[in-house]
Amino acid sequence: MNRDAKRLKPLYQQMLLIRRAEERLQKLFADGEVPGFLHLSIGQEAVPAGVSASLIETDTVSSNHRGHGHALAKGLSLSGFFAEVMGRDSGVCRGRGGSMHVADLSIGMLGANGIVGAGLPITTGSALALKIRGKGDIAAVYFGDGALAEGVVHECFNLAALWSLPVLFICENNGWSEFSPVERQLATNLKDLTAAYSIDYATVDGNDVLQVADAAERIIRTMRKQGKPHVLECRTTRVRGHFEGDKQDYRDPDEVAALSARDPIAGAREKLVALGSDAEWFDAQQAAVDAEIEAAVSAARAAAEPALDSILADVYTPSLPTAHTEAS
Amino acid sequence: MAEVRFIQAINRALHDAMAEDETVFIIGEDIGVAEGPFKATRGLLSTYGPTRVYDAPISEAAIAGVAVGAALTGMRPVAEIMFMDFITLAMDQIVNQAAKARSMFGGQGSVPMVIRAPHGGGLSAGPQHSQCLEAWFAHVPGLKVVCPSNIADAYGLLRSAISDPDPVIVVENKALYAAKGELPEKPAMTPIGKAAIVRSGRDATIVAYGAAVGMSLSAADKLEAKGIDIEVLDLRSIQPWDETAVLESLARTHRLVIAHEAVEAFGVGAEISARMADVGFDELDGPIVRVGAPFAPVPFALSLEQAYRPGPDDIVKAVLRTLE
Repeated sequence: MNRDAKRLKPLYQQMLLIRRAEERLQKLFADGEVPGFLHLSIGQEAVPAGVSASLIETDTVSSNHRGHGHALAKGLSLSGFFAEVMGRDSGVCRGRGGSMHVADLSIGMLGANGIVGAGLPITTGSALALKIRGKGDIAAVYFGDGALAEGVVHECFNLAALWSLPVLFICENNGWSEFSPVERQLATNLKDLTAAYSIDYATVDGNDVLQVADAAERIIRTMRKQGKPHVLECRTTRVRGHFEGDKQDYRDPDEVAALSARDPIAGAREKLVALGSDAEWFDAQQAAVDAEIEAAVSAARAAAEPALDSILADVYTPSLPTAHTEAS
Repeated sequence: MAEVRFIQAINRALHDAMAEDETVFIIGEDIGVAEGPFKATRGLLSTYGPTRVYDAPISEAAIAGVAVGAALTGMRPVAEIMFMDFITLAMDQIVNQAAKARSMFGGQGSVPMVIRAPHGGGLSAGPQHSQCLEAWFAHVPGLKVVCPSNIADAYGLLRSAISDPDPVIVVENKALYAAKGELPEKPAMTPIGKAAIVRSGRDATIVAYGAAVGMSLSAADKLEAKGIDIEVLDLRSIQPWDETAVLESLARTHRLVIAHEAVEAFGVGAEISARMADVGFDELDGPIVRVGAPFAPVPFALSLEQAYRPGPDDIVKAVLRTLE
């Protein structure tokens, strides 16, 4: 197989898995099988697919409210994911977190997050711990352009640069902060901000998975050696609303119509076709991914809801008596 | 036994915890080179070096968040918030992240972090350097809150907090920092969640924590002169609080006063009072009376602050009211 095709195929498969999983969620949500708020990342799949190709299990990742792709690309199990979002006991967070809090600490996925910008200080702290451990692991955080107006983001840029921490700040710039365009949100831009904190900066077309993967590979290789923070700005597209049910009537219909031309999966498919992949291969990929997703959905449907007394189960950690504890 | 100051007991606890467990590190503003505004972190940087002691920029949200992320990645961070008032800037990371992580991740992992926060007035430090905000944190599921009143507990509660698997807010009353007392050669850990009877009596119980314990003991001495025999319970731990010990004391004395320096309204005393009015209803022979600061910001002028802070005389009046 051609080297380029060999590199691109797993990236395509990862994007396809995220896309099909979210399309399935969209349907489950419409059918009332997924409660709460659902923020889909359709159109942004190339970013986690491209970045995760260079992450290892001991690297950590934290994410935001639009975090399904980040979690799945870090290795969160599909069955644990669907069961969580559908509110089942077999969910990765046992039905207590939901879409905005999917996490798997055993693979370094420190959680999606319901608070804009809040993943940055957590990742900065994780990077400090990884630096102390000294094995060359890095901590990555995904956030949107909307997070750039949060004060704590600036605190983290400053601190990561001051202490030379291995934080990969990945900005998914989709031009929209919830319902507002970036021009109404930010008086500056990420490139200038980054320069102000003397942090190395790169920007890529975040809908071109090879560009993302190449940049991430180069940056992460450097970070493992030097331990310094980097910013990777990925220019991408939010196809769906801020959340499912958002009609997006604040967006110009022409802008929305133009998004399909930038679809990251269609773009990768075109390249693979040029490299010799045929329709049969694509059909097989989709069938495989869909089968995996359907199995996860069926398992979640069949799974028990959490026991009501689990509400109190993990508010605190059961503590073991220590030799120092005085007898009570 | 050696006589030490309250702040030195805190310092000793930090030294001992760092010597015992290499995952413990310290982070805060001016806690390294400058050794802390109150010298709680004296000698830590020179003993343990810059990979264990982090002088942070003035970024409370990042300090708290770094503690959360490091704790989720296997460390035991101890963060200092210079004045408890500044903790307002770190609320998201404490309340939305540290407190909830274990529960909302379905029991995966823990967040073993400590935040030390000096509270309290008496220094004419004004409205933004004197507040007692512990009730806010006691209201958040997932957090633990402790507040020592004496040298042994200043050491013992901090050691327990650092060993604890969950996030603990250690509230220290600044006015006690210079107090002197005995610290044993090998000081003990103070269990979180256990109150201590610091004076036994049969006529009324005063429940207090932090600096209000000393005020309650002074009040008890004044009441003794009137022939009234007071029991003083040092809560030590605010969340979880020792409901059993309070109820047992109430069952002995049948009268209850709760005293704290924090604003009275919606405070720790309100929770204890409500619980005792419920589970202790049959034991009560008088109204439960709270003593706390008035519903106003802590004022600056010496005269105003003195009038504002509750003291032994306020506690005496409260006891007399419940005995009426």
